[in-house]
Order: sequence, then C-alpha cells, then structure tokens
Amino acid sequence: MKTTIDLTKLVPGDATSLGERVGMLPNVASERTQHLKARISGAKAVTSVCCYCAVGCSTLAYVSDDGKLLDVEGNPESPINAGHLCPKGSALFGLTVNDQRWTTVKYRAPYSNRYEERPLEWALERIAQLTKKTREETFAREWNGKRVNHTLGIASLGGATFAIEENYMLGKLMHSLGVVSIENQARI
Amino acid sequence: MPGLGTSFGRGGATVWLPDLVNADCILIEGSNFAEAHPVGFRFVMEAKERGATIIHVDPRFTRTSAVANMYAPMRSGTDIAFLGGIINYILTNDRYFKEYVAAYTNASYLVSETFKDTEELDGLFSGYNEETLTYDFSTWSFERDEQGRIKTDPTMEHERCVLSLLRRHYARYTPEMVENVCGTPRDQFLKIADTLATNSGRERTTAFAYALGWTQHSAGVQFIRTAAVLQLLLGNIGRPGGGIMALRGHADIQGATDIATLYDLLPGYLPMPSANRDEQTLDAYLKTNTKKTGWWVNTPKYVVSLLKAFYGDAATKDNGYCFDYLPQLIGDHSQLPTTFAMKDGVVKGYFVIGQNPGASGQNAEMTKAAMESLEWLVNIDSYENETVSFWRREGADPSKIATEVFFLPGATVLEKDGTMTQTSRLLQGHDKAVEPMGDSKSDAYYFTWLIKRLKELYAGSTDPKDRPILDVTWNYESDDPHEREKGEPSTLKVLQEINGFNTATGEQIANFVDLKDDGSTAAGGWIYTGVCPDKQTNRARSRDASGEYTAPNWGWAWPSNRRTLYNRASADPQGNPWSERKKYVWWDESAKKWTGVDVPDFPATKAPNTPANPEAGGMDFHSGSDPFIMMLEGKAQLFVPGGALKDAPIPAHYEPVQSVVQNELYSQQSNPAYGRYDRTDNEYNKPVDDRFPYVLTTYRVTEMSGIMTRYVPWLAELQPAAFCEIDPELAVIKGIKSGEWATLSTALGEIEVRALVSGRMRPIRLGGKKGKGKRVHTIGVPYNFGNMVALARGDSVGTLIPITLDPNVSIHESKSLTCNIRAGRRPANQRDAADEPVPSSERSHFGQPEGAWMSAQHGQSQKNEGEKQ
Repeated sequence: MKTTIDLTKLVPGDATSLGERVGMLPNVASERTQHLKARISGAKAVTSVCCYCAVGCSTLAYVSDDGKLLDVEGNPESPINAGHLCPKGSALFGLTVNDQRWTTVKYRAPYSNRYEERPLEWALERIAQLTKKTREETFAREWNGKRVNHTLGIASLGGATFAIEENYMLGKLMHSLGVVSIENQARI
Repeated sequence: MPGLGTSFGRGGATVWLPDLVNADCILIEGSNFAEAHPVGFRFVMEAKERGATIIHVDPRFTRTSAVANMYAPMRSGTDIAFLGGIINYILTNDRYFKEYVAAYTNASYLVSETFKDTEELDGLFSGYNEETLTYDFSTWSFERDEQGRIKTDPTMEHERCVLSLLRRHYARYTPEMVENVCGTPRDQFLKIADTLATNSGRERTTAFAYALGWTQHSAGVQFIRTAAVLQLLLGNIGRPGGGIMALRGHADIQGATDIATLYDLLPGYLPMPSANRDEQTLDAYLKTNTKKTGWWVNTPKYVVSLLKAFYGDAATKDNGYCFDYLPQLIGDHSQLPTTFAMKDGVVKGYFVIGQNPGASGQNAEMTKAAMESLEWLVNIDSYENETVSFWRREGADPSKIATEVFFLPGATVLEKDGTMTQTSRLLQGHDKAVEPMGDSKSDAYYFTWLIKRLKELYAGSTDPKDRPILDVTWNYESDDPHEREKGEPSTLKVLQEINGFNTATGEQIANFVDLKDDGSTAAGGWIYTGVCPDKQTNRARSRDASGEYTAPNWGWAWPSNRRTLYNRASADPQGNPWSERKKYVWWDESAKKWTGVDVPDFPATKAPNTPANPEAGGMDFHSGSDPFIMMLEGKAQLFVPGGALKDAPIPAHYEPVQSVVQNELYSQQSNPAYGRYDRTDNEYNKPVDDRFPYVLTTYRVTEMSGIMTRYVPWLAELQPAAFCEIDPELAVIKGIKSGEWATLSTALGEIEVRALVSGRMRPIRLGGKKGKGKRVHTIGVPYNFGNMVALARGDSVGTLIPITLDPNVSIHESKSLTCNIRAGRRPANQRDAADEPVPSSERSHFGQPEGAWMSAQHGQSQKNEGEKQ
C-alpha cells in the first residue's frame, strides 16, 4: 500500500520523521538513474514456498527471460507471511545461486583420500548394483519364527526438507526393498 | 506427536497459525518463537496489539522475552514441574472450565482400583519392571461395569475419578515447589498461573506455543502432555485463539510425519506391521489396529487403499492386498538405534537425503565413526556436508576407511515442483522456477531412477521376496515433454495417488469417507484425500487468500481443509457457541447442520442432541456432543490409559538424565522408562556430577538453519561461527571474555567455540531439600554449526550430547544436559590460540557483553554471594 505524504508540510531537520521520508523526498536523480528499473521489473514471478522453517512463507521467485533466477521475495498475497520473509528466507537466492554448490556427482573410492568426478549414469548404476548386492546379502525372511521380509542392512535418513511427494516415493521405494530403518528429522 | 495424539486424537498442531491473533493470552514455552519462527511471530505481535497478554517462559531471556508482557526464567528441563504447578493452581482454586471439562474430557471416568500413582510409589506408576525398565500397563485402565462400559461420576467428585486423581497427583506441585525446582520466583509463577486462568473460560481463550524446547527431552512427550492436560482443564482446545501450536522446525517436517518417512508409520498414521505384535497377515493386522469405536473404525479402508496404491493390480482380496509385501519391524529402527547398529556393522548401506547427522546428530563424533563401518553411503544434497565427508574429518585416516561414498547433486526447492506441509497442517505447492543447476536432479528423479533400475535388475525373478520391487506401481511419468525427456517425474501424479482414486475408473476421490476396503479405491495417504479432488484440481496450489481469515482457499489443510482441529468443542454440548465473542463452529438448527467460519471437524449433520449408542460401533458410539472424533470414547484424554504412552498416563516431573540436582519430588531421579545406551562410545555425565556443574542447553539462531544456510554468504556474514552464550558472572568465575575461545566438555568429549558473554543468560537459584540454595549457571550453544565445511562453521554441539531415547518417540535429550567450561581452545588447537585475533567478520558480532545490567565487576560481587550460599 502506498502512503501519500504532503511534502510541503515536512519540516527540514525533523529527525523523528526522517525514517518515513526515505525514498519519498525529491532527490536529484541523474538521467541514468531516472531510467533505471528494478532488476525484477517485468520478470516472471514463480510462486514457491520457503524451505527453511515450518511457518510456510510463500515466496515469489523472479526469473529472467533466459531462465536465470534474479531474486526471491516474500509473496504479499499469502495469508501466512503477507510478503514478509525472515533473514533466512530473504537469502533464499543464495541457496540456489551459489558457486560453492556441488552440482556434479562426487565419488570417493574405498581408502581414497579424495573425491573424483564421475558421470551421473555411472554413479546411479553403481548405486543400484550395490543396493541389490546388500539387499541380497542381508535380506531376512524370518525372525523368531515369524515372517519379517526385511533388510536391516540398508537404512534411509531424511525427509523433512523435501516435498511430501518425494517422501511418499522414498517410503514406497524403501518399503518395497524391505528397508525398515526409514527416518527423518521428525525425531531430531 | 503422540503427546498431542494421545490427548486429542491427531499428531498435529491444533491451531491455524493466523488464528493466534484471536487469543487473549499466549503462553510461549519451549520455544524462542520470535527468533526461530520470526514470520509466524507476527501473529503473536498482532494479538498483543489487540490486547492479548504474551507470556514467555524460558531458561534464556531471548527476543521473544523482550517483547512479551511477562517473562519468567526457569531451569531447562523442568517444564512438567512448572506446568504441573499451574494445573495444581487451577484445580486448587477451582478455576478450571467445569462444563467443558465435564463434557469433553475423560475427567469423570473412574480409574481402576489397581492403579497406583507416583504419589503412592515415590515416582513410579504401578506396573514398573526394574529389570526391563518398562511398564506393564494393565493397571493403567478405567473401571468398567458388567456390560464393559466405563464407569463415570458426572459430578467428578469420586475419589478415583480422573479429576480427583489429578488433584492428588499435582497437590505437591505448589508455587514453593516450582520455585525450588524450576528456579522461577514464586510471585512470577503465580502471576502467570492467574493470567492463564483469567484468560480462559467461556469468554476468553489462551493459546500455547511450543517447539523443540519441549520435545528434545528424555520425557519430551510428557512435556507436551502436561500442556495438553492444562489446556483441556482451561477449556481451550478446538476454540478460536486457543489450542496448542506445535512450531515445527523444518519446512516439511509435518509432511514427512504425515506421509511418513518414519520407521514405525505408514502414510496417514497407520502403524507399520511388527513381528512383536500379532500382525502377520492383513486380517490379524486389521484386528490389532482397527478400533471398535470412533473414527479409527475405518482403519481397514485406509490400509487396503494404501496397499492398492503401493501394489496396484497385484494387490487382490485373495492375496490380502499384498500385505505380506510390507517388511515387518522387530524393534526400534529409528535413527539413533540405527546409528549404533551401523557402528556395530549391521547397517551396510546408507541413504542420507537432505540431512546432516555428521554435524547435527547427537554424539556426532560417534555418528561419523559409525559411518566408517558402512560399505557404501549415498548422499543427496546441494552442498558438501559433514556427513558425506565423514571420512576426511579431523582425526580420521582415509586410508583405513573402506566406505564407498557417492554424492548426488540435489535440486533446491526453487528448482522443482512439489508440495510441503507447514506447521498448521497446511499443504502448499511450490512451482519450479528455474532449471536445476549443473547435473542436479530432484530427489524424485533419483528415487524413480533407482526403482526402475532395480525392477530391471530383478526382472524375471521368481523369488517371493522380490515381488514388492517388481509389483510396486510407479506411474509418475511427466506429461511435460521437457521434464519427461530429462527423466523428471510428475509430482502432481504422485500427489493424486496420495489423494486416492477409484481403481476401476481412475477418477479422483474427493473425500476420505468414500475410501473402501474392497480394493475399489487406492489412496497412498488417506488424511490427504481431498487435496486433489478431481484431475483438474490441486488445492495445495489454490492461492486465493480472500474471504474469512481462515483463508479456506489458500492451500489445503488436512483433514478435509479443517483449519482448527476439534472445532466442535468451540460450541457447548448443545451446539451453541460458548460465547458470542468466541463463536467459531456451531449447530444451525434450521439447516440441521454444523456451520461457522471453518469446516466442522465433526460429522456435518450429526445433531448435538444425538445420543450415544453404547451398543453401536464406530461413530455411532459417540454422542452429538463428543468433539474428539478420533478417540475411542469421543473425549479428550486427561488420563491416557492402556500404555498408549509408555512412561506415564499422567505426567510427572523427572530430572533430565544429566542433571545438576536430584529430583525434589520423588526419589525416582529421571524418567524410569527412557532408553539408554551404556556403551563406552556413549558415556553419560552422572547426575549431580561435580565435574560437570553447569546446565547445557541448545537452540538455533535466526540466521542459520544448518547446511542449507552455512554456505549462503549473506547469512554467514551475520552468523559466522559457532559460539556459546554464558552469563557475566560465570564469565568472571571462569575468566572467559566475550569473543575469545572457550572449551566445553562432557564425558563424551570437548568442543571449542567463541564465547558470547551475555546478560540474556542469568544464573538461577534452586531450593528445597535437594536444591539447597544452589546457584545454577546455564550455558547455551546454538545447534547450527559443523566444523568441516562451509562459510559459517564451528564445532558441533552434537559432539557433547550422548544418545538417550524418549520412551515414546525415541527422541534424544538435547535441551537439558550438563557440562563444564574453561577458557581457551581444546588441546588439538591450543598452539594456535596464543595471539590469534578475532577475525574482523566476527568482531562486530562478538562485542562487549550484552545486557548492561550486570557488568563484569558486578558479576564478581555476585560470584562472592554465590559462594556464600
């Protein structure tokens, strides 16, 4: 909501109202400044949800025409956050656009002291093979005379930071393998 | 979760977060709401502006305390003593909401004569087995008549009725006792108790808000239970501005509990089958888990629909809908026991997805050491973290570690579609904004790839154990050619399956009342049925905030878009609002249905005067004035019978496992049923151990979560490193200055962090026979850091925390511990310590002690006083 201030009534040097005047007093703008636009001006706004705490603030991710993330702001429409974000939410941009992110597969071989780059397909194939191998080696059909059809040799951890659809898929996948040690941050 | 579930029926916050503005009073305890959930806190501030009284009770004076109307300090881990004291005050002074308590709770039920309370057994309930450290629950029951009906005394005066039991049980929780045990000054305590009572009843409501400050204790579930008992006595559940707001930590922690990636649950709070119960077949499982009365009479519909969603056409009536495809539990397979199993060589392969136990895990060094026993570790994340790189941690020798480690780059929330369930059970969709960076993929991609490849690897197998892999349905191919080409599945199709559909027509199911137990419907998570009521609609993505403040068209809340749970209780037994001021859901006699500003959490046309039918099963067993529809009797439970909670039917105060004082109330020191691991790699500080004289508590800071923030430059600049917060008096005693190094120790190990000397921490004085005037210092350490990677780093406080298990949910005790502290660095780094300047980035943050109320000089004089005491 925009507030209209009667500029003629402002008293110069009135410190109490200085804060309210920021950006509202006429200032001398250069030709260049006058023609500058906000970085997100005209950019596509995609609705998302903040991934930090569980308040569930709605966000708007501004994306350039060539598909680059420009900024993330609070969504003013949301009845939960009404456009506000906390420091973490305000910094969501830096979670996604960050040159320290690991965006390729890293592989550490047994007894090695370093990571190696490996193709995604190679890693996935190796993981599938290991999963099958461990499952075969550790699958128990019975325990104390009762059918259990499980493996204690494989465990899964995580869930509270990703989508419910992905939680569902993870549970479905793990249960089908016979994995019972399935956990997330809910106990943490 | 079971704290709320066993009291009210569902393991979720009872409150719609924006409804806090309607509260006349808000008690925040076990939470630093303003700093940990800053944006949600705006509703607390708005309530305050509207005249509500805000109360904060916490061991630290935080930013929440700073804006509260009342703040009271307490010793960490003594919340049951504090809240129990309020229960005693409410009952002794006859300030409970009688009509509500009589009609809507089990206060009038007669408890079995064989039941013995802690007051009789000095801290134990009847049935305790000292060898197994568990209870036999057979005496935790109600007295029944010849027809098997629970005996009641509607006057609530019978000496064995639940209300009388509560009176006796909490009689010793006096203001003096609270002062002695919690260190809360008596006058402050009494003012809070009076304020809660004054702001409850027909005309007014009080809301409670808590977070991990209540859960992470060896009796964590009982902390929440105490709050539940108190809120029921005050008549605040199911009403606007009332309830219990569980502030969850992670964005989808409610969703990950609902659509359970938890070992003991299937989606929709259905128990995982266990070989320790009679659950070998579908019939046996349903017999064990279907309740005769209340909503859970529907269990078979939800279980069969789940199996149909999992195994599709392979699941038939004749094969028990493939129930035997589900693995069976044989014990506690939660994270912490699994960590020990890993160390002992049982677990060979580990998938870790978006979680960092190497830094945030309890006994974090043991957790990382345990991973050395793995044959392989798969980590999906966006950043290197202490877990994936456990093999190159300080002190590890990679040449001796055989584990094969895979890091798979994960997409961030902005790079994928999906839905998350926030703290008020509200499902909200997030739309993909940009392509995942580099080779990054969604978690859904990886799970899909793995199951498809395993189906190929097991193709042709005739071994029954491989049938689940071959038969599990996975029909989530994206309709978007771009996504399909990249192998990214459609999360919408997954959500539609969770919602449920008719197996013959493929049509979506609009409401869980339409789910069937005959295989004609499939639904992966019945509580979410209704979020995708038809193929065109995904209500998690409805984004219209207009209308009532309940915003019924913004997202979708389970169950059935109800915002405040148990809202039938917002009306009196006759169906009229308790007061005009607190009108919410009521019976419309002319339209013959329930109406109001929310979706009624009650059968829509069941009149308030509908009598209970004691002969009937299911919902007919409940009358039209039984608001807690999930419960057997339709009443909320002040007393939890039958061992639904494994440590107490009514909460009793026990000291934390690691405590600086003996239990004032009973000779039973700590929760008799807590799970412990007496191993050399998990040593505990003994109770009242002079080597560890200080209370240690943990929390999080606003600017940090964990690995998801530690690499973000803007945030790392604000919170660059791990620190501990100590009071100025302790700083003087120990010769520790703000900004310099301090080393904290427990029996498990040591960590070094920067010291922040702050008036926010204040010593408290204990009393009584056990406290004897003892002056207790509390040290606070943020639980955000790890010392291997990222911009913001520092030793993890998890290193100091041994693993204990709450008996109900296996949560650890990370909020109340004991430790010691000294100036300087730990030995490995001492040679660097000499003149190392504080980095300029940290200097501004770690300035002079805050809280000018106590200068260092002043602290010195207080120290002398403390010694005299």
